[in-house]
Amino acid sequence: MKKHTIAVIVNDQPGVLQRVSGLFGRRGFNIESITVGTSEEQGLSRMVIVTTGDDHTLEQITKQLYKLIDVIKVVDLSANAMVARELALIKVHAEPASRPEILGVVETFRAAVVDIGTQSLMVQVVGDTEKIDAMIELLKPYGIRELSRTGVTALNRGNVKQ
Amino acid sequence: MATQSATLKSKEELIERLSKPEVISGSEILLRSLLLEDVDCVFGYPGGAVLYIYDAMHGNPDFNHLLTRHEQGAIHAADGYARASGKVGVCIATSGPGATNLVTGIATAYMDSVPMVVITGNVMSTLIGTDAFQEADITGITMPITKHSYLVRQVEDLPRIIHEAFHIANTGRKGPVLIDIPKDVSAAKTLFKPVKEVSLRGYNPTVNPNKLQVDKMIKAIAEAKQPLILAGGGVVYSGAHEELLEFVTKTQIPITTTLLGLGGFPSGNDLWIGMPGMHGTYTANMSIQTADLLINIGARFDDRVTGKLSGFAPNAKIVHIDIDPAEIGKNVPTDIPIVGDVKTVLTLANKLAVRADQADEWRASVQQSKAQYPFKYIDSDVELKPQWVVEMIHETTGGDAIVTTDVGQHQMWAAQYYPFNKPRSWVTSGGLGTMGFGFPSAIGAQMANPDRVVVSINGDGGMQMCAQELAICAINNIPVKVVILNNQVLGMVRQWQELIHENRFSHIDLAGSPDFVKLAEAYGVKGFRASNKEEARTAWEEALRHPGPAVVEFVVRRDENVYPMVAQGRTIDQMIMGDAE
Repeated sequence: MKKHTIAVIVNDQPGVLQRVSGLFGRRGFNIESITVGTSEEQGLSRMVIVTTGDDHTLEQITKQLYKLIDVIKVVDLSANAMVARELALIKVHAEPASRPEILGVVETFRAAVVDIGTQSLMVQVVGDTEKIDAMIELLKPYGIRELSRTGVTALNRGNVKQ
Repeated sequence: MATQSATLKSKEELIERLSKPEVISGSEILLRSLLLEDVDCVFGYPGGAVLYIYDAMHGNPDFNHLLTRHEQGAIHAADGYARASGKVGVCIATSGPGATNLVTGIATAYMDSVPMVVITGNVMSTLIGTDAFQEADITGITMPITKHSYLVRQVEDLPRIIHEAFHIANTGRKGPVLIDIPKDVSAAKTLFKPVKEVSLRGYNPTVNPNKLQVDKMIKAIAEAKQPLILAGGGVVYSGAHEELLEFVTKTQIPITTTLLGLGGFPSGNDLWIGMPGMHGTYTANMSIQTADLLINIGARFDDRVTGKLSGFAPNAKIVHIDIDPAEIGKNVPTDIPIVGDVKTVLTLANKLAVRADQADEWRASVQQSKAQYPFKYIDSDVELKPQWVVEMIHETTGGDAIVTTDVGQHQMWAAQYYPFNKPRSWVTSGGLGTMGFGFPSAIGAQMANPDRVVVSINGDGGMQMCAQELAICAINNIPVKVVILNNQVLGMVRQWQELIHENRFSHIDLAGSPDFVKLAEAYGVKGFRASNKEEARTAWEEALRHPGPAVVEFVVRRDENVYPMVAQGRTIDQMIMGDAE
């Protein structure tokens, strides 16, 4: 079971996310994360889906996606060098005494504090999934009060032809 | 000829009249667009959300609409129309319950790749999402069972959407397309100009195959000692029956056709070895298991064909020809994939194909097996045997009828004992196995083929799922000959409970069924009953002579089983051969 990151370029139509996620659900394909946003071209959205499965599953996912009329292109980003990023907002319990320690972690990870409360700090971290996992692990001992992750968005590096 | 040119002219005039740009309502646009798409019969059921559409039909002499008695009847009729004609079937239903009553029929068409355009009404745009009266998210509900769907938001989009829907439904791998029209959209007016072009960036089915792959197949044929063709519904849908016959004639490769492929190849041909799979012939199944080359033409390796996948065609190099790339490699790993329209692929292949010269021994042994292991049953002069009834229907119709079936034992007996020679003469629910399909689909098949004999073979179970459509046969004098093979039991379930659940017969007794003759007569349809061979022949011949619709109930042996049978989870060479052995 390998992890695959695929980009799906779709018509920006109501219901497209439902068509794509429904296809994964119906055919028993796994979705680890899914993000959608506008793309470089007006009228088209770019979905980035992280999924797990063997090569046969990935081939089926690609072919089944192409059957959807609103799917323009499917790219296996993880087949080539890619940049994959995820964003997390972490609200961590922070008594004044523990703040310097937390700020140390934030600095090491090149994350940022984006809000300060009387008892908490909100940390914003951007990076690949592993980095965010690591950051969360380090902040856990202080007490994570709320956590929100975006899921992965990604592009291929340089001049990889799509 | 004089009448023909008159009709042609009037058709041209009609097209000209309909094409004239004019400000009209969404409902008018819908009707005109359907006529311009060459739809000559629509099946449907009105309701609140489609009132404007039905109002536009009022007094419209060009538009032919059949009012069924249930939406399920309408959609199966549209399906039968499409399968028997090759044209797109169309049905209309209202919002909410009207639309949800279509779900079974949409799924049926989707599983068997039948081109259909399904029109549903919806509540006013402003009410969508408020749980309004008779509101259902039908595009959401049907997303997994449609090829594509539209919720029309603006009346201006309607002409384009309808044209796209027909294009999508009837190209590539065919399938049902749903158009959901809110009530205010069908009422709103706009300037209508017919749309003739389609521009869909994400939809370009591959019709022309890769020549190198076809070359590989030709080479594989030359090398093969035990080649076999497995042909499916794709042959019928792409209209490739002549090309297939040419291909088989040139290569002299034995051929088996799947349930949906029946009629795609003439059953009288020496090289045809019947249907494969769960209730297929001994020869077809054993040949698949021993073949060294299996050429799949427009079939999708359904589990009812393959049995246990890991032991399927263990020695064969697999060639798979399909218009849908996702089918290739889905169930069975493929050595030579050929994506393309079956007719186009075979046309190309026929230019290169030569006789499979190394397969002489194989051909002889396959043909010997075919002679040795035909379908067999023990006939009886006391009880009526369902297989005998099917053989009699074949004999009396000269094999020229269009046969539709419901689902179950009678379906398998029809497939086994009625040899088909022409495409689009066999209408059956393969993929979904939909009970209730048989009879209404015959109505659609008859509407598409007014001059042919249409026989609908049903069980006593499935007949009771859409029997109300007898009314539309009576009222419109649709001369379908409805056969009911009545064994007073859910036969296929009984068979499985006998063979797999040690005779624990759970909830299969259909006692309490109506008197089918009286039921027919209550609707104004002629009814017959027969319990022995003599009665059967007399009743059936009279029903055939009768100019209108007729129901013939054959009271058949209750405990008859369908053989051969491959139990689920077994490889297809593990056949139970049955009583006649």
